[in-house]
Amino acid sequence: MAQNDYRTMWKDLGLDLDTHDVLLGVLGTAYGDIYLSQKDRPAGMGYLDFVISEIHGLRIRELVDAKAAGRKVIGTFCLYVPEEIILAADAICVGLCAGADMGTAEAEKVLPRNTCALIKSFFGFKLTRVCPYVEASDFVIGETTCDGKTKAYEIFNEYKETFVLEVPHTKTQFASKLWRSELDRLVEKVEQATGKSIGADDLRRGVQIANAKRAALGRLSQLRRARPSPISGRDALLVNQVAFYDDPIRFTQKVNELCDELEVRVREGKGVAGKDAPRILLSGCPMSAPNWKVPYLVEKNGAVIVGEESCVGDRGTRNLVAEDGKSRSEILDRIAERYLAIDCAVFTPNHERPDHVLDMSRNLHADGIIHYALQFCTPYMMEARKVQIALDSEGLPMLRLETDYSMEDAPQLETRIQAFLELLK
Amino acid sequence: MRAAGLDIGSRSIELVILDGEGRETVATERIATTPTVAEDCRRLVATASFDRLVVTGYGRAMAEVAFGYPSVTEIKAYARGAEDVRPGCRSVLDIGGQDTKAIALDGTGRALRFEMNDRCAAGAGRFLEMMASALDYDIASFGAGAVRGDGSVKINSMCAVFAESEVVGLLTRGLRREDIALAVHQVVASRAAAMLIRVSREAPIVFAGGAARNPCLVALVEQAVGGPVFVPKDPEMLGARGAALIALEG
Repeated sequence: MAQNDYRTMWKDLGLDLDTHDVLLGVLGTAYGDIYLSQKDRPAGMGYLDFVISEIHGLRIRELVDAKAAGRKVIGTFCLYVPEEIILAADAICVGLCAGADMGTAEAEKVLPRNTCALIKSFFGFKLTRVCPYVEASDFVIGETTCDGKTKAYEIFNEYKETFVLEVPHTKTQFASKLWRSELDRLVEKVEQATGKSIGADDLRRGVQIANAKRAALGRLSQLRRARPSPISGRDALLVNQVAFYDDPIRFTQKVNELCDELEVRVREGKGVAGKDAPRILLSGCPMSAPNWKVPYLVEKNGAVIVGEESCVGDRGTRNLVAEDGKSRSEILDRIAERYLAIDCAVFTPNHERPDHVLDMSRNLHADGIIHYALQFCTPYMMEARKVQIALDSEGLPMLRLETDYSMEDAPQLETRIQAFLELLK
Repeated sequence: MRAAGLDIGSRSIELVILDGEGRETVATERIATTPTVAEDCRRLVATASFDRLVVTGYGRAMAEVAFGYPSVTEIKAYARGAEDVRPGCRSVLDIGGQDTKAIALDGTGRALRFEMNDRCAAGAGRFLEMMASALDYDIASFGAGAVRGDGSVKINSMCAVFAESEVVGLLTRGLRREDIALAVHQVVASRAAAMLIRVSREAPIVFAGGAARNPCLVALVEQAVGGPVFVPKDPEMLGARGAALIALEG
């Protein structure tokens, strides 16, 4: 597909072409430095390189074509939005751009400055008109996870229709009932938007597609237990990031092909870093594409990241929906249970998460844990203490980082990371 | 054999040279950091004689590339230096030009945990310099001035820019500068001590960095941690000393 056709498509979507060119330029350079410069990458990453090179091109063309054929595109910002329901209506679920320091100045015109980078970023992308995903979306589904997002969606709705799901913050019986009723409300909204009625078979198919994707990503996670790790943390993070954009069926097949290749690597003892490279588990806030700063700094200094206890990673993929639901209502029950089991730091109490970080550290043979929080993300910044206490109980060292999407603090972060890696030797 | 340690900090560059046999200090040098930091280092090192050199500090990556010196982080260098000046040291507080760090040690010079200030130099040496200048003290007499304060003033802001306007506001209200100076010291000490306590308050505690020369700050930190801190003879040279020892031990 010629670049010219994309420009027409972008213009038709209402993008600001000049600013968008700048974004693609920066993204291309960063990808070259951080990804293409790696040695001994699995051949299967070629597909991911292709997807990234076409992330605002071919994939957007697919969305535009699907819309022309009558399908709906629904944008999301959080893994609490049940994509099974969207898939059941044959609509397309896409994660929206929220991982770059883009349009921060514009965002700060409508948001307080001390708002986390992720929220500022999705506002910035919208206000500067450089995210083709949000422009191609028919509407957006938000969710009441943290206070920042909850209030930000009220403002976002002024720019793009935003349907907000109420995510409870406890796991009591009442909370489960509330959440289950929110799914009914979502089904109704999606049915009304797509003009389709969602039956048990449709839901079952949605569940199967989403479960297969999570199972493939889970398989990738387990392969990283090997010493040496057969894939870099950067590449594994990228796979998890692309999961939010790509066609789920095609993506699942490609991830399984990548895993087939990695299985051979593990059998042959081949890896991306030496057997003695320190093994790091990342834990905390999501890293949306192209937020690769910390993983790059960690791996550039000789360590290998073996897991992400994060929404873009294990937290978003480890629970599957039980497939024993028969009726429409039962399947929705199972979906509700699956989502309410996620251990996001907005829940209280949330001992599941510190316990799980400890489990993951053991399972992945991590030597150290980097707790990653975006500045002003109160839930994760606060919960770092509980995670630290859990890890201390087994003598596992943890480094706490707070940062945002800018590159100004890269030297300071690198000093902390290097010092932490020195401690692990 | 002679081993050198070079600590390239944001405000000053230190060089320490040790003689292998008795680990005797044969030279210490300290110059201000300028915008031509590579040139500063070249000049400092050109006049020295040594067999090996290890570099640390925020400029270490530059020196590694420009001169080919091996580098270690400030954390490792300070931990090693603290063990040398106070054998058995378990905790280190360093208030440098742009950052403050706290380190827990195992008692043999190895760091166990550490913390550094995030994304902001408030509470570090540069903040003290700015506040001294706003109150018309030179940095060497700032602490002595603050000791005369009566504790009646409190400063709230820890942002260097806002604190400066707060200080100016207090002066225009006619408050005594020594009282304001004490308030500035209290806010710096309580922040630094809080970081130290989070990491380790186990004795012996070494307090390093240029700010450790300030008697008021030392007293306030001691009060906050509830025990004595040890200030080495040249507190700002501790990183360079640690780097030199690491060079010596190969």
